[in-house]
Amino acid sequence: MPSTRPMARIDDTARPRLAPHVRMRFDAARGQHALLSPETVWVVNDTGAAIVELCDGRRTVAEIQADLQSRYAHVADGDVHRFLADLVTKHGMEVHRG
Amino acid sequence: MDRPFALLAELTYACPLHCPYCSNPLALDEYRDELTTEEWQRVLAEAAELGVLQLHLSGGEPLQRHDIVELVQCANQLGMYTNLITSGLGFSTRRAEQLRDAGLDHVQVSVQADEQALSDRIAGTTSFERKLVVARLVKKLGWPLTLNVVLHRLNIDRIGGILDMADDLGADRIELANTQYYGWAGPNRAELLPSRDQLERAQSVVRASRERLGDRMEIIYVIPDYYSRYPKPCMDGWARRQLTVAPNGDALPCPVAQDLVRGLELPRASVREHALEWIWAESPLFTRFRGDEWMPDPCRSCERRGIDFGGCRCQAFALTGDAARTDPVCHLSADHELVAAAVAAANDSTRPPGALIPRPHPRSLATAVGVGA
Repeated sequence: MPSTRPMARIDDTARPRLAPHVRMRFDAARGQHALLSPETVWVVNDTGAAIVELCDGRRTVAEIQADLQSRYAHVADGDVHRFLADLVTKHGMEVHRG
Repeated sequence: MDRPFALLAELTYACPLHCPYCSNPLALDEYRDELTTEEWQRVLAEAAELGVLQLHLSGGEPLQRHDIVELVQCANQLGMYTNLITSGLGFSTRRAEQLRDAGLDHVQVSVQADEQALSDRIAGTTSFERKLVVARLVKKLGWPLTLNVVLHRLNIDRIGGILDMADDLGADRIELANTQYYGWAGPNRAELLPSRDQLERAQSVVRASRERLGDRMEIIYVIPDYYSRYPKPCMDGWARRQLTVAPNGDALPCPVAQDLVRGLELPRASVREHALEWIWAESPLFTRFRGDEWMPDPCRSCERRGIDFGGCRCQAFALTGDAARTDPVCHLSADHELVAAAVAAANDSTRPPGALIPRPHPRSLATAVGVGA
């Protein structure tokens, strides 16, 4: 029985932050960032790490996307939403509305 | 070769509980000569160097070690995510505050059922009320709370009540894992393996609970592999993602590989004799089933060999005496009848119930680490 639930929906006005049991660190042995939780390690690329760093529960998704797009030319509309929706679905990220 | 992400540190096999499904080895007395604080600190440093990001502190009951706070502090300073897996016994307010100050990231508390009589009967000791106090203390001190529940024939019908209890306690996660038949669960299998009807009822309760509670609680449900068509992808491949160090310093590719090591007559891979890096990369034990060169048919030619890795080596060894055979859980295994017979017995309603063997309290161990029995 799959443990996943339906993909979460992420609105522009949502304010994401890491779930309380998750933290990010740079993994020097492998040269990449990792999100650590009790049973899982999620490897994230540099763009993903930049997104997570902005997820402080205050900034909105729209603000995070604008910030990323000002720094990285390759970030398309919807990339941030998809990245966050995946993490929310896996219980790695929480979103606060309004 | 991959680097390990996680280390399971089994600090001691001393435990105040007597759960009949315990996966600790039957030969508990062979692990009495426990690593010292300094030895563990060296192992943690070597693990961090090797790429380990997560440290699971377990046992036995890890709180039976008087140096648990020091070890958490050491792992935290090395940047590891630290996860304490505890029965809750020994988790006093003072100890909890020390662990929090040492940087402990997460606490998993085991419970055996959703009501005192059954929980205490399974645990073999009075513990249920204490566990509830500990679960609330974990939340009060600001940690996220995971409840661990091992499911079996005696408690799986209580799964709805268990989920309600978890919700009442404010649990963030609950792991509902059906018993795996290693260690003490092996000889207790006939009394622990649930029937198909029990499993189907449990799955529908889990499904409904996910819809109801899924936004505030992560519900992890692990089915018993005896009822699967294919084996579990054990350890995500032998010596690929994680390793275990037993109380006496024996490094293992899997937490229940102690019997297999003896059976294969491979040299022990002890952290007292070798650096962790050598053990991971070169020891005969860790290289024995790494990759797919070792596989017999039907695994060797199976398109799922990169998905389930031939299943569990320890289960193949426990059931057939040959660790290199296909996991008998797989319906393609030549030994599948061994599993099918156990499943048939579990579904035979005329079979009279037998007795459970409680995992003994290793009194001698308790003395060795300086705690009262």
